[in-house]
Amino acid sequence: MNTLRVSWLYLKLGVLNELQYRVNFFVSLLQMAIALVTGLVVLALVYSHTQELNGWTKPELLCVLGIQILMGGLIRTWIQPNMTRLIEEVRDGKLDFTLTKPEDSQVLVSVREVRIWQVVDIISGAVVLAVGVSRITTNVGVGDAIAFALALLLGAVLIYCFWLVLATVAFRVVNMWHAVELFDGIFQTGRWPVGIYPLWLRFGVTFLVPIAFAVTVPAEALTSRLNWETLLFAFVFASVLFGATRWFWRFGLKRYTGASA
Amino acid sequence: MVDLYLATMRMAISEQFQYRTANYFYMLGMIAEPVIYLVVWTTIADQQGGSVNGLTAGYFAAYYIVWTLVRNMNIVFGAPYWEHRIREGDLNRDLLRPILPLHYDIAYFAGWKVVVIVLWIPLAFALSLLFDPSLSPNAQQIATFAIAIWGAYLIRTMFQESLGMLCFWTTRGAAIFDLYMATELLLSGRLVPMPLMPEWVQQISRFLPFQYAFYFPINSLIGDLSGPELLRGLGAQLLWILIGFGIFRVAWRFAIRHYSAVGG
Repeated sequence: MNTLRVSWLYLKLGVLNELQYRVNFFVSLLQMAIALVTGLVVLALVYSHTQELNGWTKPELLCVLGIQILMGGLIRTWIQPNMTRLIEEVRDGKLDFTLTKPEDSQVLVSVREVRIWQVVDIISGAVVLAVGVSRITTNVGVGDAIAFALALLLGAVLIYCFWLVLATVAFRVVNMWHAVELFDGIFQTGRWPVGIYPLWLRFGVTFLVPIAFAVTVPAEALTSRLNWETLLFAFVFASVLFGATRWFWRFGLKRYTGASA
Repeated sequence: MVDLYLATMRMAISEQFQYRTANYFYMLGMIAEPVIYLVVWTTIADQQGGSVNGLTAGYFAAYYIVWTLVRNMNIVFGAPYWEHRIREGDLNRDLLRPILPLHYDIAYFAGWKVVVIVLWIPLAFALSLLFDPSLSPNAQQIATFAIAIWGAYLIRTMFQESLGMLCFWTTRGAAIFDLYMATELLLSGRLVPMPLMPEWVQQISRFLPFQYAFYFPINSLIGDLSGPELLRGLGAQLLWILIGFGIFRVAWRFAIRHYSAVGG
């Protein structure tokens, strides 16, 4: 309960903060439009040379694109800003202020930042997804929709865990910036269903960086490709990783001695 | 001037070799992009019995592996960094020097490229083992390629620096820079080899600088261009470098008149 209250407070604070910079909203909007048009042109180009890609039709890949944009928006609104701030504060010693607060430290470092303008990505992703779904010829049933929502949630949890582990490593390795850049590059693999990648890469974007769970699995749910074993596996994987991440965070914190201050 | 270039390049080389791990991480992050394109087009080629528009899987592998080097050569002092340079007051220091900051940027990044090329070789080797490219250039093509990657570097430097002049007027150029990058992505050959683009797109891009910084260098090594065609390509590169430099000089003159210092 407390967790929710603190998150809500920080969300309000973040909104108030960003409302001061209204022009940024239009810049975000323009950037979103450019990225979206580029994505659609790439899709059109691919399907001007083929009817289907590894069994996925164009509307189905439109769903994949929508989910990838939506998930990317979610990451840039909450996960990434918080984690980069954490990495930064470990380096210049400001993290100590947060650790002295009488609240769970993992909750605090995970909800402090909200980039509200990035929500345009979440919305545009949802629109692309809706257009994709409306063009799919097979019926999307209620069961598919529930499985999709569940898969999306699990995917978000997995991505969050991945980022927190990465940021926790910053307690020991000061320069984690390159890892951030590396993630941005690798997240682009989510534009396409992971089935097209060679085995080594498929393994990497499934278990090392859980992009397959964040994008492809929800898309499979919508296109009636998902079997319940996969969903169950995603659930178990997310639970285990969440527990492990919490343990790792505490472990990292225990060895943290503060930088300056 | 030559001394300045050599000294700056030497400095850049020794500085960047110290950060070789950082450089490697950066290069690895960039590998994702061409690998994605390569996998997509190889999948399509395989589905259609081996080739798309006459381009085989082996060609795509060669294209996108050479792509990685050209892309690395294409990293220059980007337009968005002008904002940083102005905001932090670095520009004030640069202006005290008796030469254009442009020359310093060209020299510094050129030195960095030497490090990048050395680091790229093992990466290219690994990618070749994974994707099996078909590549058999002759001496003429190799020589052209060796020059063309530097031509690409200069073309992109000129246009990015010119675009960076916008930062003298606005701190919110991000959307414009994105638009430029998106146009470049589609018209340069960065996304796909130009023959896969619709005919009218190819016609338009013939009159723009973008493909001379991407498609031409790659194609000079893996395509089947004749001697005169290779020379004509290098000539076009030179032309675009000069045009870009001209644009920069004009933009710079207006920008610097508009400038009043920030920070210090």
